[in-house]
Amino acid sequence: MMSILVRDNGFAEDRWEAEGGLFIDLEKFGQDVAEKVSENTCVDIPNDVHIDSLKGLFENAAMIRIPFPSFADGRGFSLAKQLRQHGYEGTLRAVGHVIADQYGFARSCGFDEVEIDNDLAARQPEDQWLARLPQDDLSYQNKWLVEREGRNF
Amino acid sequence: MYEYNQFDRDFVENRNKQFRAQVERRLDGSLTEDEFKPLRLMNGLYLQLHAYMLRVAIPYGTLNSRKMRQLAYLADKWDKGYGHFTTRQNIQYNWPKLKDVPDMLDALGEVEMHAIQTSGNCIRNVTADHFAGAAADEIEDPRPTAELLRQWSTDHPEFQFLPRKFKIAITGAPNDRAVVKAHDIGIQMNRNEAGEPGYRIIVGGGLGRTPMIGKTVREFLPKEDLLPYLEAILQVYNLNGRRDNKYKARIKILVHETGVEEITSMIEEVFEKQKSLHQAPPAEMIEAIEAQFLPPEFDTRPIDEDKLSKIIAADPLLRSFVETNTDLHREDTHTIVTISLKPIGGTPGDATGDQMRVMANLAEAYGYDELRISHEQNVILPHVRRDDLPEIFKVLKDAGLATANVGLLSDIIACPGMDYCALATARSIPVAQELSNAFEDLKRQKDIGPLKIKISGCINACGHHHVGHIGILGLDKAGVESYQITLGGDGTETAAIGERTGPGFSYEEIVPAIGRIIDRYLELREDGSETFLEAYRRVGADPFKDALYSSEAENA
Ligand code: SF4
Repeated sequence: MMSILVRDNGFAEDRWEAEGGLFIDLEKFGQDVAEKVSENTCVDIPNDVHIDSLKGLFENAAMIRIPFPSFADGRGFSLAKQLRQHGYEGTLRAVGHVIADQYGFARSCGFDEVEIDNDLAARQPEDQWLARLPQDDLSYQNKWLVEREGRNF
Repeated sequence: MYEYNQFDRDFVENRNKQFRAQVERRLDGSLTEDEFKPLRLMNGLYLQLHAYMLRVAIPYGTLNSRKMRQLAYLADKWDKGYGHFTTRQNIQYNWPKLKDVPDMLDALGEVEMHAIQTSGNCIRNVTADHFAGAAADEIEDPRPTAELLRQWSTDHPEFQFLPRKFKIAITGAPNDRAVVKAHDIGIQMNRNEAGEPGYRIIVGGGLGRTPMIGKTVREFLPKEDLLPYLEAILQVYNLNGRRDNKYKARIKILVHETGVEEITSMIEEVFEKQKSLHQAPPAEMIEAIEAQFLPPEFDTRPIDEDKLSKIIAADPLLRSFVETNTDLHREDTHTIVTISLKPIGGTPGDATGDQMRVMANLAEAYGYDELRISHEQNVILPHVRRDDLPEIFKVLKDAGLATANVGLLSDIIACPGMDYCALATARSIPVAQELSNAFEDLKRQKDIGPLKIKISGCINACGHHHVGHIGILGLDKAGVESYQITLGGDGTETAAIGERTGPGFSYEEIVPAIGRIIDRYLELREDGSETFLEAYRRVGADPFKDALYSSEAENA
C-alpha cells in the first residue's frame, strides 16, 4: 500500500525507497548493514526497545522509524524524545496510526515526519494536519522553550 | 489565587474554539461517536448512563467567589440547578446537552477555568491539601508547585497517551490531607538537613481493583529538580507501563511488578539525562506564580475572647458547629471553616446554585475571597476571623449548609454509583443517604467520634473505600447488589488499605451491618477518646467480623 508522508509543508509521497533508501529491522541491522552507507539506511525499531541498544545507530542510520500500532499507544513519543536526548541527529519518522491531532505532539517530541497509509490520509486530509503545526501549537512546553530562547511568542 | 496571564487565556480560548468545531462536526454527523470520543474526553466530557457529564477542573481545589458564582450559573443555566463536587477536586455537571457544552466551556473560560485533562490517559487535574496556605501545621504552601504542575502537564506532548490515567497529589504539611500515598505520584514538601525546601516523592499508590500504598523513591528532591524528575518518572512509565491489560496499566502495577529498587534506579538513570537537558521554565515565571499565592493580609486585631465564648456557649448548635467544622489556622485570630456538603440524608458532594452563591458571598464578606474544595467533597473557607463565626454560621444555617458533621459518621464520601455512572455495579448514593438517616442524631455521631465511611459503586473505587475506616464496595452478584465491607483503611500519613471482612451484604442488610460494627466498637473501646481506627488497630478485625457474621447467623 502506498504511504503518505506528512511534514510541516504538507503531504508528500514517500520517495525513500525510490531514491535507493533501505528499511532494515533493528535485529538485522549490524549483520547486513556493515558495509552499506549510512545515508541509505533507515532502521525500523520496535517501540519497546531500551535506548541502550540503540546507541549503535547514532552514527549509522540516516533515519530511524518508530511504529505506532495505535494512536493510543504513546510509547513512540517517549522513545523519540529519548533518542533526541541521547543525541541522535538523523531523521526520525513515526509510522502507522498517528492522528492529525497528534502531529504537533509528534513534532515536539523530536519526530521530523509521519508516515500514514492512504486510508488515514483520506479520512484526515492535509488541512487537519497543517492545523496542528508545532509552531502554532499554543502549548506551555513550547512557550517555555520560546521564552528561554528569548524569542517573542 | 493564580490569575491567568494572556497566554493562559489564549490557550484556553483556542482549546475551546477547537472543541466547538469538533462538537459541530459531531452534531452534523461528520464525526462518529467513536471518533469524537477521544476528543471529548480531552475536554472532560463523558457519556454517562443517562446523559453527557461535564467534569470541570478546580485546580488544587482553589476558588474565589467569582469562580464559584460562575459554577452556580452553569448549574442553573445548563444543568438541573446543582453541581456535584467530586473526590478529585472537580465539579461535575450531570445533565448538560451536547450542543450547550461549548458555551459552558466558554463561560468557564471567562473566569479562568477549564475542563482540560479531567479525563483520558494523561496527567489529570493536580490535587492538593485543601487547607493549603491556611493550616497551622504547614511547612510550605503547595499550590505554587501545583500550578506549575498544571502548566507543565497541560498538553504535554510526550505524555498525552500514557498507558492509563495519571494522578498527582501534593501536600505541604506533615499531616497528609491530600491522600498522597494513594496517587500515581504523591509529593510531600519537606526540608533537608540544611533546611532547604524540597520534596519527598512517592510513586505507585492507587486504589481501584488493586489498591496499593505508594512507595518513596526519593526522600529529598531539591526544588529545582522537580520537573526533570517527574519527566523521568513519566518517561519510565510511558515506555514500560503495561498496555496489554487496562486493569494492570497503572504505574502501581509497574512499580509492584518491577520492584521499588529497580524502578528507583530506572527513574534515577533517566533523571540524570533529563537533568542535564531539562529546559526548565524561566525562573521569573516560577517567581511570578509564587507571587500569586502570597497569603492575604490577615486582619489580626485582637479577638474579644470573652464575648466570643459567651456567644458560642449560648448557642448549642453553634458550639457544635465550631467544635466539629473548624480547624487550626496558622494565625490564631483565624480559623478554617469546613462547610459540609453532607446534609443528613442528602447526596454527598451536591450543592445547588443558590448554595454555591451563598458560599461565594461568605468568602467575599468574611474569607478574603478564598474558597477550597476538599477531596472529601466539602467546601472550605480557609481564612476567617474567629469572631465572624457566629455570623457565618447563621448564614450557613439559613442555606441548609450548617450540618455539624465534618469528620463524623455522616461525612460520607460516596461515588455517583448506579444513579449516574455507566460503570457502576451497585447504588452508592442511596446507601450513604440511608446510613446518614440511620445515624441522624448528631450527638450520637459525636459520641461515636471521628469516622470515615467511604462508598464506591464498583471496583474502580472512586469513592476511595479502601482508605475508609469503614469502606463499602457495591458489587453485582448475579444481578443483585452485594456490599462488601473493609475495615481499618486510612488515607493519611499513616496510610493503610482496609481489610475485607468476608461475604457481602444485600442492599437491605448493609446499613444494619454497619450499625453492628459501630455497636461493637462502642462496647470495646477503652474510653471515648479511643477512635474507631485506634480501636481497630488495637483489637484487629475479629471482634468486628464476629459482630457482622455471628449475629447474622442468629437472625437467620
Ligand atoms: S467507583 Fe465505579 S460506580 Fe463509582 S464512580 Fe467510579 S466507576 Fe462509577
